[in-house]
Amino acid sequence: MAELSGWFPVAASHDLPLRHVFQAKLFDREMAIWRADDGNVNVWENRCLHRGVRLSIGVNEGLELKCQYHGWRYANKTAGCIYIPAHPANAPARQITNRTYPAVERFGLVWTTLEKDLSFDVVWPDGDWSVLRAIPVHAGPDAVAAALCKVLGAVPRPDIHAFAYALSTLCEAPVLALLQPQDSGKTVIRCLLSGGAQMERRLAVQANATLTRFRNIVEADASLEPVESEPVFEPVASELAEPPAASPDAMTVRVERKWQVAEGITGLTVVPTTGNLPAFQPGAHIDVTLPTGVKRQYSITDGPGTWKSWTIAVKNEPNSRGGSRFIAETLRQGDLLSVSEPRNNFPLRRDAAETLLIAGGIGVTPLLAMARALAAVRSGFRLHVFARSETHVPLADQLDGLLPAVTLHLALDPAQVAQRLAEVIGPHAPGRQIYACGPGGMTQSVLAIAEELGWPEEAVHFENFNNDHVIDTSSAFAVDLARSALSIDVPAGQSLLSVLRAHGVELPSACERGACGTCRAEVIEGTPDHQDAYLSRGERASNRHIITCVSRSRTPRLVLDL
Amino acid sequence: MNRTESEPSRHLWHPVATVAEVNGTLNTMLMGDAVTVRVAGDHSGIVVFHGDRKLPVIVRFGFIWTSLGSPPSDLFEIPEAAEADRRNVSAGPVGVATSAPRAIENFLDMAHFPFVHTDILGAEPHTEVKDYDVELKETENEILATRCRFFQPMAALSAAGGMEVDYVYRVPHPFCAVLYKSSGADARRMDVIAIFAQPTSEESIRAHLFLSMIDTTHTDSEMRRFQQLIFGQDKPILENQRPRRLPLDPRSETPIRADLSSIVYRRWLSSRNIGYGVIPAAGQSGSAVHG
Ligand code: FES
Ligand SMILES: [Fe+2]
Repeated sequence: MAELSGWFPVAASHDLPLRHVFQAKLFDREMAIWRADDGNVNVWENRCLHRGVRLSIGVNEGLELKCQYHGWRYANKTAGCIYIPAHPANAPARQITNRTYPAVERFGLVWTTLEKDLSFDVVWPDGDWSVLRAIPVHAGPDAVAAALCKVLGAVPRPDIHAFAYALSTLCEAPVLALLQPQDSGKTVIRCLLSGGAQMERRLAVQANATLTRFRNIVEADASLEPVESEPVFEPVASELAEPPAASPDAMTVRVERKWQVAEGITGLTVVPTTGNLPAFQPGAHIDVTLPTGVKRQYSITDGPGTWKSWTIAVKNEPNSRGGSRFIAETLRQGDLLSVSEPRNNFPLRRDAAETLLIAGGIGVTPLLAMARALAAVRSGFRLHVFARSETHVPLADQLDGLLPAVTLHLALDPAQVAQRLAEVIGPHAPGRQIYACGPGGMTQSVLAIAEELGWPEEAVHFENFNNDHVIDTSSAFAVDLARSALSIDVPAGQSLLSVLRAHGVELPSACERGACGTCRAEVIEGTPDHQDAYLSRGERASNRHIITCVSRSRTPRLVLDL
Repeated sequence: MNRTESEPSRHLWHPVATVAEVNGTLNTMLMGDAVTVRVAGDHSGIVVFHGDRKLPVIVRFGFIWTSLGSPPSDLFEIPEAAEADRRNVSAGPVGVATSAPRAIENFLDMAHFPFVHTDILGAEPHTEVKDYDVELKETENEILATRCRFFQPMAALSAAGGMEVDYVYRVPHPFCAVLYKSSGADARRMDVIAIFAQPTSEESIRAHLFLSMIDTTHTDSEMRRFQQLIFGQDKPILENQRPRRLPLDPRSETPIRADLSSIVYRRWLSSRNIGYGVIPAAGQSGSAVHG
């Protein structure tokens, strides 16, 4: 049907009780409307991007909406998909984002518009108004509008809204009616009655009775061929039709707060300069590009459904090449920073019976986000933080909120650390998973101890903050790119990644030191010479992946799936 | 447009009833047309009419199959059903407001078990779909998915407790699918469950279910009820999928690795120019272009 521009009511505030999902329709668009626990009202296209199931039959989990069919989870506000249960160990491509509509809650109604960038312009007459029960009518909006005027003597109020009518015949109090055009054969009448909280129930009952009679008259008149119009959907982004390979775009954020979160550690809270922050998964990081040109990765520490700000923590490295030192010394509150979209190389499975989170110092940052995500769904976890002293524990005040699941281990020497790790890790049982993050030495001992205790490798996940290996670039080899049908020589002294890029093969990268895994590629043939700190031992042995920024080839030729 | 002679699915065999279901005469719909099934009292003569035109008939697996066009000389087989100790039972039909291809795709899908068939065919947190293989068998012109595994708390009536169940799926017909799963009663053999979707219109079906089980303890009606319970859980999901017709344009929805069989199924429908119950990909309007 023909769309009108402007804002339209699609629900009443009282249609959105706690943890409910409401189904609405406007100009053939079906919408799923739900209020998150933080009060935000979401108006989304009513279908899951996966296989088209209506999200209005999904589950409102508070800060995420879960689809009924395969349990995909979409984040509050951004509608980004942050978890796909069929592949619990993989982070979903960050671009899987449902279509959202603007939402404004005013005068007891939820309003939306099909237009982008249209500010809310409905001005309501002064006074208190109460929202009556919505009356759906099987007739198009023009027919309903005409009948309102003819049968009920309504007076159009275009000064308020193109579909607003003043009614004085419903009951003794003045009533304003708004029409919500659903499709060419269906309209919802939403009435507001003057009187607010002191409004008499009697008047509402009177008005409802008149409107119900009115509906019967209109429907008897309208040609009642029930037309179910085909809902209109946006196509999904073309990248989603293929496996993801996009390199994230940069965006600008403003430093809203900068403070010392522990000895030698600076905390930053950043906010978007326009719009909202995109969805992120627990464990995700952003690349921060500093004015000095240096790029660094920092984990987002926030819990699920956060969209107004992110908090990251930065350790002041004494030998900093300009990254952490700049943040500690030069950066000020109010400054702008260029950051990437969130990327996740450290995805959290949510199908574990018990999750052990083990942090060394600043390594607590991604684990804090994980702990919050697990706490939100009441999944069992423990967070162990190892630090030199109490004042060295980053974001200690935020850990308090997760008590009693948090244990601090302070001032231990390496032997004591090893012993303590063995105690907290304990024997493996099905459904137990470990996530470790910290300095390379610490994650190495977690791996070794877990192995000794009989943990299978796939139950131990880790993220390193740097790669301690000295990179050897003395070899020369050839690569064949299976999908691009290219053959390229990689000479000594140049990284595989840089040679690929020189030939126009775009691969995302971040740390370029073999620590973050962003530049990983799949190996079809040949044996890589692994020099990274990202792949696990099993992944290394299987030789199915290569971290292209540092690793090379043991065989004269490598065939990559690129 | 999709009711024209050039629509390939018009020339397929479609199920319209079980032999047992027809008590003399049964009126039903096939692809938007009313058809009448008549079975003589002793099941000797079975005829299907479209108006006063007599349609071709095949009886197989206890179902009556017919076609509005010129069907192939034969219909696919399920050889296992002939084994002496099998219990062959039909269940349904269940009317569902969805297209036949949406129903087939749902039948091939394992990832929904924990969410839709909670505590029966799946349970959180066991949600992972391990990689499996799908091939298109050119000779038989059918899809075969193998090495499918899924953890199930109660795979069948005959299953004692939770176990990892092996599945094999076949799609021998655009609107029919057959699954084989490890039997709860005898781990070395496979139970067979099939869905035959009767497209009553582009957006509605009668789903006929066929079971061929290794089970010595349950009655036919117990097995039938179990299968109807399972399918009853899929029905509201199927009826809340939009659009109801299966979109074949890769940009209409978002597949993941677990959807490999659905990806192959959609491509296969496209390559066969099936235009009924689907929304053809842009630039390809089903039979209209290629017919
Ligand atoms: S359709 Fe929503 S998760 Fe699959
Ligand atoms: Fe199902």
